[in-house]
Amino acid sequence: MSSISEVPIEERLRQLALGAPRGFSERVVARYTTIPGPVGELHVAWTAIGVAAVEFAARSDEESFVAAFRRRRGRPIVPAARPLAGLAAALRSGRGAALAYDLSGLSEFERRVLGATLSIPVGEVRPYAWVAAAIDRPRAVRAVGSALGRNPVPVLIPCHRVTRSDGTIGNYGGGPALKEALLRAEGANLDELAALAAAGVHYVGSATTKIVCLPTCQQARRIAPRHRRGFGALAEAGSAGYRPCRRCRPGPGQPG
Amino acid sequence: MAVSDAEICRRLATDLDRGFVDLVAAYGRIVLTVAARASSATADAEDLAAEAFLRAYRALRGYDAARLSELQVRPWLVTIVLNVARNARRDASRRPRTDTLGGHEVAATTRDAADLAASAAARAELAGRLAALPAKQRTAVVLRHVVDLPIAEIAVVLECPEATARSHVARGLAALRAAYGGRDSKAVGLAGDGSKRRSER
Repeated sequence: MSSISEVPIEERLRQLALGAPRGFSERVVARYTTIPGPVGELHVAWTAIGVAAVEFAARSDEESFVAAFRRRRGRPIVPAARPLAGLAAALRSGRGAALAYDLSGLSEFERRVLGATLSIPVGEVRPYAWVAAAIDRPRAVRAVGSALGRNPVPVLIPCHRVTRSDGTIGNYGGGPALKEALLRAEGANLDELAALAAAGVHYVGSATTKIVCLPTCQQARRIAPRHRRGFGALAEAGSAGYRPCRRCRPGPGQPG
Repeated sequence: MAVSDAEICRRLATDLDRGFVDLVAAYGRIVLTVAARASSATADAEDLAAEAFLRAYRALRGYDAARLSELQVRPWLVTIVLNVARNARRDASRRPRTDTLGGHEVAATTRDAADLAASAAARAELAGRLAALPAKQRTAVVLRHVVDLPIAEIAVVLECPEATARSHVARGLAALRAAYGGRDSKAVGLAGDGSKRRSER
């Protein structure tokens, strides 16, 4: 046996117990809330890693939303006692990049597509081919479309900002009308985009700076009308001495 | 234990997800401790514990009320975390072991930083000796003396009669004492300062 001066082994073993760390429950149990979004209310679910699911309240009631979450993620989910920090601000500003996301269960390709999409600024749109080029898979345009269609966190990761290069807005999980409403709510000039596309213009350059942009790029919108030049293809702009904008990084995506 | 196993089961049967929040609150500490101490696993104890709870949840989703009412939640959870830890150890056998359990060591009643460091070193040494025990003895000792489970539940986890579980505990304890034995009390623990504290008692 231990000597009297020594702490008994049983007592010392007891001291090997760990306390549950703060926030351990969040590692296991997801939380959700229903919150006003730019177009109607949204159900939003998150884990300790980040936002994991978003659904339009108009398309799915709370019960179906949590049931689908449990089924897909195999994780318990309960109403949040506190709102997720930064969620309301991200929805107000349209800057989803301010939040972290839990995209577990998605493929590497899908994650990269969503990562590139997250960088599209508020009120601007990019063609599907732009996303494909951004992730170094320029030929995977259709696959980009499918990956965006499976976006588990719409609105926050703005798949609505990815549109067809023919000037139409393209498909959306919640329907094209919702996509259009989201884009108009954040000030995207869809009418101008469609008019330009109808006229065969997919890139807009400034005759003074000799920089060519995608039409909704903030830089393009600043060009004074008398300096604006439209181009159907990037090569056309290139041979006219224009260089691509470093902000919107126009790529050689084909119209259509 | 603030909430009994039976009460947890009742809550799980009423509302699985809300009940599960209570289950994590009630058993998080035990599952985390078992993940860290009984496994000698390489992965982070918190990751293992979280994974164990998720597996438990996925299993519970398929249980009906009858099966839930028969469930011995605590030993069932402990069995799951032991399996998760064993799998993690097998998958990551090439990675170096991480003994650092940052932040959530239970603070011993110590008087100053030197004492704290000494007792942390002593705990690390004991954890190391524990990890060196044969699996059944190690599990039995951790369950009985670190997380204070009754012998009946340890027998469920080890899938053996209670007498056998008791003897695993006894033999594990004896081995630990022997590891420290033959040294005088001053030599106990890694740090010399630690023995000072003990001799003051």
